[in-house]
Formats: sequence, structure tokens, C-alpha cells
Amino acid sequence: MDIKLIFEISREGRKGHVLPKLDIKQKSINELISTTYLRNSSADLPQVPENEIMRHYVNLSVLNHNVDKSFYPLGSCTMKYNPKINEQLSALSGFTQLHPGQPEETSQGALQLMYELQQSLLEITGFSAITLQPSAGAQGELVGLLLVKKYHESKNRKRTIILVPDSAHGTNPASARLAGFTIRTIPSGLDGTVDLIKLKESLTEDVAGIMLTNPSTLGIFEHQIAEIREMMDSIDALMYMDGANMNALFGIVRPGDMGFDVIHLNLHKSFSTPHGGGGPGSGPVAVNNKLKSFLPVPIVTKTGDNYSLDYSLNETIGKVSGYFGNFALMVRAYVYIRMIGKDGFRKIAEHSIVNANYIKSGLKDTYELGFDSNTMHEFVLSAEKQKMRGAKALDIAKRLLDFGIHPPTVYFPLIVKEAMMIEPTETESKEMLDRFIEVMKEIDTDIDKNLQKILDAPHTTPVGRLDEVGAARNLDINYFLKKS
Amino acid sequence: MAYLSNSELDFNEMLSAIGVNNFNELIKNIPEKIRFNDSFDIPEAESEFGVSKIFGKLAEKNENYVSFLGGGVYDHYSPAIINAIISRSEFYTSYTPYQPEVSQGNLQLMYEFQSLVSELTQMDVTNASMYEAGSALAEAILLSVSYSKRKKVLISAQVNPNYKRVVETYIENTEIDLVEIPKKNGITDVDILNDLIDESVGTIVIQHPNYFGFLESMENIAKLREDKKRLLIQIYDPISLGLLKTPGEFGADIAIAEGQSLGIPQNFGGPFVGLFSTTQQLVRMIPGRLSGVTKDVNGKRGFVLTLQTREQHIRREKATSNICTNSGLMALIAGIYLATLGKTGIKEVAELCLQKAHYLAEALTGIEGVKLVSSLPYFKEFTLELPIETDILMNRARENKIFAGLKIDQNKILIAVTEKRTKEEMDNLIKLFKTVILQ
Repeated sequence: MDIKLIFEISREGRKGHVLPKLDIKQKSINELISTTYLRNSSADLPQVPENEIMRHYVNLSVLNHNVDKSFYPLGSCTMKYNPKINEQLSALSGFTQLHPGQPEETSQGALQLMYELQQSLLEITGFSAITLQPSAGAQGELVGLLLVKKYHESKNRKRTIILVPDSAHGTNPASARLAGFTIRTIPSGLDGTVDLIKLKESLTEDVAGIMLTNPSTLGIFEHQIAEIREMMDSIDALMYMDGANMNALFGIVRPGDMGFDVIHLNLHKSFSTPHGGGGPGSGPVAVNNKLKSFLPVPIVTKTGDNYSLDYSLNETIGKVSGYFGNFALMVRAYVYIRMIGKDGFRKIAEHSIVNANYIKSGLKDTYELGFDSNTMHEFVLSAEKQKMRGAKALDIAKRLLDFGIHPPTVYFPLIVKEAMMIEPTETESKEMLDRFIEVMKEIDTDIDKNLQKILDAPHTTPVGRLDEVGAARNLDINYFLKKS
Repeated sequence: MAYLSNSELDFNEMLSAIGVNNFNELIKNIPEKIRFNDSFDIPEAESEFGVSKIFGKLAEKNENYVSFLGGGVYDHYSPAIINAIISRSEFYTSYTPYQPEVSQGNLQLMYEFQSLVSELTQMDVTNASMYEAGSALAEAILLSVSYSKRKKVLISAQVNPNYKRVVETYIENTEIDLVEIPKKNGITDVDILNDLIDESVGTIVIQHPNYFGFLESMENIAKLREDKKRLLIQIYDPISLGLLKTPGEFGADIAIAEGQSLGIPQNFGGPFVGLFSTTQQLVRMIPGRLSGVTKDVNGKRGFVLTLQTREQHIRREKATSNICTNSGLMALIAGIYLATLGKTGIKEVAELCLQKAHYLAEALTGIEGVKLVSSLPYFKEFTLELPIETDILMNRARENKIFAGLKIDQNKILIAVTEKRTKEEMDNLIKLFKTVILQ
């Protein structure tokens, strides 16, 4: 049965909430504000009692797949478990009720928390300065690239090109363009890492820098990173790291030590803050000394026991968010850091790498590997063989839904045909991984036995395959527009 | 340690199954010389109990006083149902709905959110959310310039300075020419705006009610669009639309707001949600996600992400924006808030704010030397000129556990009044003003 829209259960005269009574003498509205300023008719918002609203949302909630329900191996999304203590502590009223404009003397606890989070993230990544302001990874990318731009401008030179490998996240080229750069794509070599010869050919005097994900979206560690650094140094170009895959590196190698100049982190990936059905995220950007003076303002600083917001960086790129970034997510990430502690991070990387390799070894004889290289916390399978037998990556993905498992990221990275990108994370047990391997094998076997069942999948979800073309053609994105 | 699902025993079994002797074989392609062979200089792992103590202390170091702070972030009441709903794992531990068959809950709620905000603003369409108002405004300007193909953008001096700062960062590497329209009597000077307009102007940005609380001459400004080549971007306060004329009624092309007022905690500045609405004409250039109605193979109603060819994961550098992760859970809060307050509640909350703000402003301006910086109407917020230094007043208020408002300059203060402020709290502030000013 369809779940009705909130508008469809509305009835005139019903009420969902009672507001406080006015405790001062009421004046007529016209006396306070001329009618020319007032809207002509009320917004036709729903009229639903609280009980019905609650049921509406609860009934809708159970239609969602989520980490707390089952496996969510979406490659490059790091869908790890979100610890409940994060939620509990970020809800303390001493955090939630703070206004960003209240005097610093009255928000010392929040500033201390931000400062300590800054210090921890710098230690974990090996950089020297950081901003917590960006609201998501993509905004972190924009900040990082604006810093690169500013660096070259401060040296009075015009650099217009950003090199981006063909395996990069889609946000990378979009962010580079937003920062005013032109994108030059670098093809991957046979082992899935950057092709150094092609890189060298691309290295013209107008190159500002390179954006790399290391490990790449194929899960492969860019082992020639020192050589790339040397090539970039030869023209004083900078190295940007997309930190989406930080989970694989904790305690093993630090991006700052690897030679990167700037990184963005996703607190909603590696640092366990929940993804909220598509956000909010948090995308801090850490840099080395070359870029320190260009960071967005304010930065949280400490003098003695006093914490303050420092707006004094005079070469700053400015601000990318109205205030200081997504503070409530910083609380969660810092709770996580304190729970994991100094020795725990390496364990996270180790377990995430072993979990991914365990699935890979279980499936590599059934599905083709995108690239046959050592992989870290994620890897890419190709369903090319399965496609030839009748079931595409998309069909396999849809069939997985019937087993209560969220499919891997499909058709990405673009350089692998029929790609299925799998990232289990460290918070999945061996039994869950075994179950996934078993289901993936069963689907493969079923291609020859019962292909139609796969092509018609999913069968057990709240709805079947949806008409995406029809949705774009007969656009209905506003209930009220349709009505009028 | 916490959150690993496998034991060391499992770990070793898995290494054998993979066919390696030890973990290091799995990472042998990481060059030795760049490895980190130290331990992090961060504290040892804590227990939940231990961490609760630490964070409890940090939270206690912050002060929550009676607040008249506003300027874009407000102390409105958030109904209990909101927390009950957003605490459900099904909402907060799900991801972007890339597999619609198992994301119908989120997709339907995105559609409802888009519809609720569109109805509130009387705009044609609304996206599934932006991060917050500042970057939403920046993206609106980028959209407008790309649509109008005119580089000059006129922005009112009375727009929130924090948003302006974000806009400046976003447009730094474009050819956009941002020109400020000066103020007169606390609002945008329409005469000067009129003089500034020429063929090169493609965008006008106005905040109404403006940052200082006062109501703009929106109708006069809307006339200056003259033709469809020039777009009007209005920044609004969603609570104000319980009473005030809407961006849609003014004929705004893009309407932007900070959605924090709609039940989202102040959270020291984030996460919030940027509300982004446009006319039908601009829908194919709108940034971010959109949920649309469709049917499944059996003809049943369902929802999918639609018009995705605008987005970065398909279009890469040709995308209309780089936004990917947005502010889904905060949009969910805003949607629940609008559904819960409903048709009458949104009017009531707006009227409570209006009445109380006027009660307070009238009492304060009765004190000698205190006056409103404009003679024009205001909604829930207003700026006062003081006969003493703002800091002196604010410090005395703080000693009395009151945040009196935001400092505008050395003798001006911006005061916001929500439905949560009681007569007693306002009377205390009035008393304090009298004591400090008349002493």
C-alpha cells in the first residue's frame, strides 16, 4: 500500500502542536504592521494531529535501508557504524543551545572542543594547520582548491590547470571548475595507479596542482607518490588529497608525511558521524605551512587556558559558511576520537583493509577484478562476465536488495566496466562478510538458472524498479504545483 | 577497543583465508620511507563512561542564558516530536538515496519537504536542501549570473554580513562584479538602486526582513527587474512567512533562507539547512538534489532522485554545482516542523514573535536616548541606537544571565525576540536597560 503524503492525510481544523499563549497585551496586527506587508492567503500547510504525524514518519522510516539495519558496503562512502554515545553527547544542551554570536567567554567549552579536535586531526593527518568550517567533502574540496589558487597568486603567477585522475570522485572536477580552474584528466596506468609518463606529458607551466585520492577509488595505494611529489616540485605545483578514503590509512601513513600539501577529511565517513540520509556532513581541510596563512577564518586558537576565534589571517580566502561549520558533527567526531584513542586508529585501518581483502578473495574467482593490484579498504569488481551472460551490474545490485543487503557503488569509478565498488568498513563481522560473499555467488549462479528473477529484481522491497526516465519527463517535484 | 566487529582471532583467520601470513603483506606496496611508525600524540582510548564525563564538563563550560540573540540564528522552540523522529536510525544512519527501492522513506520526505517549502514561499520548486544560507546564497548568485549572462550583481547593504562574506569567497575566481546598494533609513535605498541599474545588471539580491530587522520595499524593488533578463534573489526568514508577503508574491526568481528557525537547534552555528527555491523556469539549473514522483514497474507510486544530469556525479566539471552531501537530516527537521505547526501554527508562531518584538521595542524606545535606527516596520528583530556603549550594556546583561543581543557597532545592538521569550524575561531586559542607561 502506498503511504499517503502528509498533505493527503490533512483535514481542516486538526492541530499538531499547541503554542504558548501570548502573555502580553495583544494588539491588532494592522496596528503593528501595515496590511500591504502581509501575505494574501495562508500557506496551505498540513493540518494533522501529532499522533498521525508520528505514524506518518515512522511508517516512512521503515522503508529506508540503514546502517543500523544491515550491511551497507557502498564504496568510497565508508558506511561504518555510528556509535550511539556520539549522538547522546552531541545532544547535551550545553552544546545544542549555543548561539554562534554569543561572547567567547560564554562558549569556552565549545571552543576548547573545536581546538582539541583540530589538534587531533592534525596529528592523525600529519599537517600543521586546519579549518573545520566546510560543511561537506565537496565544500572542503572547494576550500582546498581556493587555497591552491591563492598560493600561486601570492607568488604572482597564473596557474589555471588542475590535474585530476580519471578514477577521481565526480565532485573533484566540479569543485575544481567552481574554484576557477580548468581540468586536465590523467589516465590510469595498467595497475590502476597514475600513469607517470602521461603525468609528465601533462605537466605544463600552467599546472597549479594535482588532486589525488590515495588510496584511489579503486582502493589501490598510489605507491609512486614520492615520484609524483618530485614531478610536482619541479614546477612548484601543489598536491591535494581527497580524504574520502582516510579510513585505510589511519596510523599506517599520514597524508602530510606522504608529501601532500592539503587534504579534506569527511567526518561523516572516517570519523563515524552519521550520514543523515544525505547529510549534513563536515569536511575539515588541513594544510602544511605553505598554505597556512590562506585558511578560512575564524580559526580556533589557544592562549594559556583561554580559547578564542581568530579572524586575523590577512591573506585568508574568506568564509565558506556563515559561522564555524557543522559544530554538532565536530562533537560527534571528537567523541569518536576519544573513544578510539591513540592506539585504536591503526586497528581501524587494519580491520577495514582485512575485511575488504577477505571479500575480495572470496569473490575474485566469481567476478572479475577491476584491476589485479593489492587493494586496501575497498576494491572494485567488474560484472562484465555476468553482463555477457545476461545480468548487468545494475541487475545484480537490484537483486542484492532482496537479500536485505545494500548494493555496492555501481558504475563507478568510470574506468572499470560494469563496476561494483565494495567497501565493507571495520565495523562488519566475518559472518556478515561471509553472508555477502555467499549471496553474491548465489546471484552469479542464478544468472544461468533463473535469469528473469534477477532482471525483475527487486521483489521484496517496498516498491519495484522505478521509472526514472518518466520522473524526469513528467516532472512532479512539488505537490502544490501539480495541484494548481 | 570499541567498534571493531572482529576479534584478533577472527582477524588472523581472515588473514589465512586471504592467503597471507601477516597483515603487512597486504600493505606491502606502501613504500617504507613514507610510513608512520610512531604512535599518535592523542589521549588513550576512553570508555563511554569516561568520555561522558569529559564531554559533560565541556558542555558545562558553556553558558545558556536568556537569549535575545538573532542575526540569522534564533532561539525558537523545537517540538518534542522532532527529536523523537530524527533519533530513529532509519533516518540518521541511512545514506543518500541512490537505491530508490530501499530509500522510499527518505525520498518521499524529500518530496514533502520540497512541497512544504514551496508552499510556504509560494515558489514553484525547492531543492532537497543546501548546507546553510550563506553558501545557498552564493550558489543562487552563480545560478542567476549563468542564467542572465550578465556579470553585475547588485547586493543590498542590509544583507547578513556573514552571507556576504561567503558570497565573496565563492565568486572570487569568477568575473562576477558584486556591487553594494547603500541603505537609507535602515533599508535598501531604492532610488540609488534605480540609478545603479543598467544593461549589465543581471541580479538583485535583497534580504527581507533585512539583517537589521526592518522590512524592505519589496514591491518597488521587484518592479526594477523590468524584463526577464534580470533576476531577483530574496533572502527571507521562514518564520516570517506565517504572516508576511512571500517571495513568490513579490515575483522573486530565487528565494533563499536559513532554515534553522524551523526547529533546528542553534548548535553553535551548524548544522543548519539552506532553503533554495526557484521559479519553474530555472528548475534545470537548480543546484543539488530533487526528489520526484514516478511509478514502479507495477504502477505503484514511488519517488526517485530526478534531473540528475545537472549533478556532479554525472556531469563532473559541467555540473551546475559541486554539491553532493547536503543537509538531509536538517531538511527532515524543517519538514517535520512545518507539518507539525501546520497551517494555523505557522501563523501563530509568527504573530507571537511579532507581538513580543513590538512589546519589547516599544518599552525600550521609551527609555531616553534609546531609539530604533529606522522608522520602518520590523518583524521579530530590530536594531536600536543606544546612548551608551553597546559593550557596557551587553556586559551588564551578561552578569544578569541575559544575552541582550548582537553588537552591531559601538552604540547599536540587534535584538531578536522569539515566541520563547516571556513577559518576565523581556521585563528583566527592560529593567536592565533602564538601570544601565539611567544610572
